[in-house]
Amino acid sequence: MGVHMLSRFYKFTFAVALTLMGFSAPAWAEGDKGPPLLAVYQQECSSCHMAYPPQFLPKASWQRVMRGLDKHYGSDASLDAATVQQIDHWLQTQGGQGKRAREEPPQDRITRSAWFERKHREVSAPTFKRASIKSAANCVACHRDAAQGDFEEDRVRIPK
Amino acid sequence: MRPKLHLPIALLLLTVAAPAFAANPADLLAAYTAQAGQPAQPARGDAFFKANHGQEWRCVSCHGASPMVGGRHASTDKSIEPLAPAANPKRFTDSAKVEKWFRRNCKDVLARECSALEKADVLAWLLTAR
Repeated sequence: MGVHMLSRFYKFTFAVALTLMGFSAPAWAEGDKGPPLLAVYQQECSSCHMAYPPQFLPKASWQRVMRGLDKHYGSDASLDAATVQQIDHWLQTQGGQGKRAREEPPQDRITRSAWFERKHREVSAPTFKRASIKSAANCVACHRDAAQGDFEEDRVRIPK
Repeated sequence: MRPKLHLPIALLLLTVAAPAFAANPADLLAAYTAQAGQPAQPARGDAFFKANHGQEWRCVSCHGASPMVGGRHASTDKSIEPLAPAANPKRFTDSAKVEKWFRRNCKDVLARECSALEKADVLAWLLTAR
């Protein structure tokens, strides 16, 4: 048994133990809850969309995102230089950790990552385009507590 | 620290912190009007807010047709609170925030920044909403 398997086994055992004790363990179930969000990151990014977990993109992608805020996926999201610097520094520290950020997805879109597409392969393109969802970038449409880092599959509810 | 350094430091801090100073809608309107050099016209602001300025989005695409109700972001679907101070007292109380959003949103809607007169007109119109 490799180190990776062993660590998975311990995580699983620990999660089961916690569940038996009456706690829920959403963070371990998906393994990507990540660090607490920097206040200014949370504040600025979530004015328009959920503040995405920094581990969902690699550092190189985040760097391009932060350098191109005036042309941010079809919208001007420019910030003053000091705020850009603060967020950029934090993303270069916290971004790209773990298995989700090994690849730089096309156009630096989280939703174009191989892991994202694999996880959502049962969701059709028309479903993502529903008025109640609008796009695959709208995590909270189906993952109600995504903003708190909860992407637990059991709690997914796809709106009509 | 020598006392004579206090004033320059205080002035420097003021300059740095000034953009984030609290404001109120009436003062902001007065400032934009003064900058424009002519009176604001609420009706012109209303028309500007609803007009197509040659880009994919209009102001109402995200803010909704009524500034008393608010809207939803055209691409992310995030709910956007009403712009009219009568419906949302937090609006137009932070000059840096107001400038940030005028800059970004005018670039999206007009592919340029808005003039002081355009900002004054829109704010004057928003202040008439009840």
